Amino acid sequence: MNKSVFLGALTVAGLAAGAAAAGTLDDVKARGKLNCGVVTGLVGFGAPDANGEWQGFDVAVCRAVAAAVLGDPTAVEFVPTTAKTRFTALASGEIDMLARNTTWTFSRDVDLKFEFVGINYYDGQGFMVPKELGVSSAKELDGATICIQTGTTTELNLADFFRKNNISYEPVPIETNAEAQPLYLEGACDVYTTDASGLAATRAAFENPGDHVVLPEIISKEPLGPLVRHGDNDWGDVVRWTLNALIAAEEYGVTSANLEEMSAGTDNPEINRLLGSEGTLGEMLGLSADWAKQAIAAGGNYGELFEKTIGENTPVGLARGLNAQWTDGGLLYAPPFR
Amino acid sequence: MSDTHAQTVAYVRETMLPELEPPATERGVIKWMRENLFAGWFNSILTIFAAYVIYKIVVGALPWFANGIWTTDSLAECREILQGATGGCFSVLTERWNQLLFGFKYPDDQYWRPTLAFVVMLVSIAPVLFSHLPRKMLILTGLFPFVAFWLIWGGTILAPLVALLGFVAAYIAFKKVEHQSFAMGLLAGLITAIVVWFVGGFVSGAASNVLALEPVASRDMGGFMLNMILGTVCVSLSLPIGICLALGRQSDMPIIKWICVVFIEFIRGVPLITLLFVANVVLAYFLPPGTNFDLIVRVIIMITAFSSAYIAEVIRGGLAALPRGQYEAADSLGLDYAQATRLIIMPQALKISIPGIVNVAVGLFKDTTLVSVISMFDLVGMIRGPILASTEWNGVYWELWGFAVFVFFIVCYGISQYSQWLERQLQTDHR
Amino acid sequence: MSTLSDPPAESFRLSQLINDKRYRSITFQFIALLGLIVVMAYLGWNLVQNLAAAGLNLSYGFLGEPAGYDINQTLIEYTSQSSHLRAAVVGVLNTLLVAVVGCFLATVIGVVVGVLRLSKNWLVRKLMAVYVEIFRNVPVLIWILIIMAVFVAVLPQPRDFRGDNPEASMLWEAFAFTGRGFYSPRPFFTAEWAAGGTGWLIVIALLVAGFFGARALANWATKTQEATGVRPTTWYYTLAIWFGPLIIALIAMGLSWEMPELKGFNFRGGIFMRNSLIALTFALAIYTAAFIAENVRAGILAVSKGQTEAAASLGLRPNRIMNLVVLPQALRVIIPPLISQYLNLTKNSSLAIAVGYMDLTGTLGGITLNQTGRAIECVLLLMLFYLTISLGISAIMNVYNNAVKLKER
Repeated sequence: MNKSVFLGALTVAGLAAGAAAAGTLDDVKARGKLNCGVVTGLVGFGAPDANGEWQGFDVAVCRAVAAAVLGDPTAVEFVPTTAKTRFTALASGEIDMLARNTTWTFSRDVDLKFEFVGINYYDGQGFMVPKELGVSSAKELDGATICIQTGTTTELNLADFFRKNNISYEPVPIETNAEAQPLYLEGACDVYTTDASGLAATRAAFENPGDHVVLPEIISKEPLGPLVRHGDNDWGDVVRWTLNALIAAEEYGVTSANLEEMSAGTDNPEINRLLGSEGTLGEMLGLSADWAKQAIAAGGNYGELFEKTIGENTPVGLARGLNAQWTDGGLLYAPPFR
Repeated sequence: MSDTHAQTVAYVRETMLPELEPPATERGVIKWMRENLFAGWFNSILTIFAAYVIYKIVVGALPWFANGIWTTDSLAECREILQGATGGCFSVLTERWNQLLFGFKYPDDQYWRPTLAFVVMLVSIAPVLFSHLPRKMLILTGLFPFVAFWLIWGGTILAPLVALLGFVAAYIAFKKVEHQSFAMGLLAGLITAIVVWFVGGFVSGAASNVLALEPVASRDMGGFMLNMILGTVCVSLSLPIGICLALGRQSDMPIIKWICVVFIEFIRGVPLITLLFVANVVLAYFLPPGTNFDLIVRVIIMITAFSSAYIAEVIRGGLAALPRGQYEAADSLGLDYAQATRLIIMPQALKISIPGIVNVAVGLFKDTTLVSVISMFDLVGMIRGPILASTEWNGVYWELWGFAVFVFFIVCYGISQYSQWLERQLQTDHR
Repeated sequence: MSTLSDPPAESFRLSQLINDKRYRSITFQFIALLGLIVVMAYLGWNLVQNLAAAGLNLSYGFLGEPAGYDINQTLIEYTSQSSHLRAAVVGVLNTLLVAVVGCFLATVIGVVVGVLRLSKNWLVRKLMAVYVEIFRNVPVLIWILIIMAVFVAVLPQPRDFRGDNPEASMLWEAFAFTGRGFYSPRPFFTAEWAAGGTGWLIVIALLVAGFFGARALANWATKTQEATGVRPTTWYYTLAIWFGPLIIALIAMGLSWEMPELKGFNFRGGIFMRNSLIALTFALAIYTAAFIAENVRAGILAVSKGQTEAAASLGLRPNRIMNLVVLPQALRVIIPPLISQYLNLTKNSSLAIAVGYMDLTGTLGGITLNQTGRAIECVLLLMLFYLTISLGISAIMNVYNNAVKLKER
């Protein structure tokens, strides 16, 4: 905080500098810090750890972008946003990008004027119920009381699902994941619904995760990804290709372990172009030549990040499933680097 | 006569009897109880009922306190130790006290700073509250905002120093030009302050290591500290604004009057929560593109606007209560508007409105908990969010909410008792 | 005459604008207006810039589009296919429901507590003082959350009623107090011609008729008293007028009770009062009642003792003194702050969002805002609604104040 808030508040009326019409990329470089909107707290995707350091799968995307642009994965200011504040924060320029398990939908893209730069997690909405209820399918939930996070697409999917199946339910709207947990655990609602990944993360934080089951139905498509403001294509490209670089790195077998060795040059021209030892991809983006190398060095490639934060060996325990590389039967498919 | 008596009456008392004590039912505890507890059947029923309620509360709460457990690491351990007996799991307070008081991101090793700021606040607010303390202590009060800012937010001491210097320079400039006209003085002061701040901004920006404390970002503030910060900052900021608004509303210049009326009535007509929504999701659209206020600053702006409207109404009441003669007397002395207001009207009007202002302050302090609704982690936000959702403390309601009630009660009850004391003080003055 | 020279023709100097009292106020107002316009223009310009940069526009078209979400408590018909506007109306009605019930409860509790604070009974007096101080000095948001916590943590959930050996059971097989809310039997009519709303219309009509019948009877009794000096005993006639036709009608229409029953996940049937509704209403009521109690106490104390004594010297009995002398005068003092407490309660009802009660802040300012991203429009509408209510209540208060003002002649 080099400029004090106090002084800033006092003098802002007099000194309000005219808007610099420069692009976000230049702003970030000039600031030396990336303002990245994240979730207020969802284990595995974005939550401060015991030392107050932000950790998680979405957080890692922020760090990778910061590393690619500024060469420093710690040059990120994490701005926690709720479902309500996230879009305003992005639209008003408070944050440069939003990496907060946000579903890519038509209206958000077209009507709210945001640019989804890609998908970092293919998700779908699921239901979690206590085992003792003996429910095995979402269609048996007639008359159930359901906790939902308001302001998310899950709320709308839920209404559609129950209308389509002609069964009734009782919605209990909740603002944040943290508030939903005690309500669900004390039995104030029978069912908790959100993205399947969120359910797994929430269940991981329970005292007895085994007492709860996630129902097999996935009632919606929830492609989650980072987004930026509409209209700033240069900045959108930077975030888009940083994400693609992480995905491609896994496909080509570039890991944080062999990164140094590979960046010296390999016989695969694709890897060479990615890591900057061949071609001028970095320059085209307005970044340094080793931008992708920096991004991968920040936390590893897509697969490594997945394993570290939400993979099967973590408390969240998600399988790769749809989020495997296309070569392994998943949906991850990075466009070619050339 | 005495003879007849002597013959007809066997015995005549000739001395006064000593006074007997009143009957047992008319004295001591029994009389008190008869009059105060069991006067009539209806009162007796009420008493018995009230006693039953008190008994129930005591019986419920006592073992809960007595068996309280203070040293475990999670609710599960508490339950294990209690084995089904009634008892509070107060360990959540001993384990999370730092989060409840300072939020979960304020650096642990820096807790002394807000604590010290709190102590300094108590000392520097004393001369304002108690008029018999030496007036020199008011200097400390004037310095407090800058010291507190430096302590809580950290960074170089130059920043608040420059801010202070700006005010001092503005005051000197004002004094120099004041004899020309009050408005000119204000203008001169304003320009001086802006110049000083502008120049000082570069100096403090360049030398950012002078006496620097570890800087803490606004969004890392939390817990009860956040309530205190919001409460004190907003009340102190809204006092001068409220005075201006009240004067504006009483003014005979129609345009100024109407601006003030519309502002005050609009703010008083909407709930604080909608203003917080504005701070949270709308205000950013009205600021120049690229400027970036902290959420806490935006919230301070909106809460200050809110409380200044209420304070303006209280002060307007004080202004209206002043006898017309005071205004006329000031005029007849040849004082102009600024002088009359500053020297005659305001001191009296403020004195009348102090209890009302204190009430607004208490209400505002209670309302700072509303920021938890826009996901700021004040005391209530900490309890609802991170603590109740954590695996260890899922389900510890009474201990946490009891703590919140306790803390707020202490502060608010203290302030309102002070206000009543002050009211009594002021009343005797008029006799 | 001509020796007197005309006053020198005034030449206007620029410094007069600031130093001459006649012009100064114009200068200041001009500056203020200019300042206001500049600030407004600045904010407006920023808004236009920001919206243009984000490619957005201001439009209320979204109000007509389907909301797409469900609301748990709706006083009018509403489905997820209804428009956002209808969702907002549902929210308005829910707000008004809480406000009206809350104001009623708060008044009842507040008046009782206020009178008891002046009671001769020491214990009760102290107990009421403790109640008032505790509730006044703790934020209402905390009270709302505490009462909600009672529902979540203390009361049994429907699952506790289930099974062969349930942990909780219903009261008289009719009332269920669960963590999700209270269930009670719901009266309905079995006769076909009275089904639907007809039966209730008949009941209301009978109650209105009973009211006027009882009034007429009271008038007749007063007339008899004035003529003969003896007031006829009428209470059993009054009872008959009130309840006789009503009971006959209810039996004829086949009054029956629908009992709440545990079916599937929840209780079904009967009247259901949701936990968020109760928590919000009750918390607002007891919080506001603490303030109302103080107003009532101050109002009663404000009536000078001379009034009571004068009334007593006229031979009035204590409760008539209260009704005829003290209360009418106390009301003049009590009502203005009482109405401003009502206003506060209505505004505080926007805290519904903390317990997920779907009032206007929950629908328009909550879900609709989140789903459509139309923050400016939604917040503006929200403020407009509360502003309308506040100004409306203030207007009523002004009319009342003028009506009861001491007429000084």
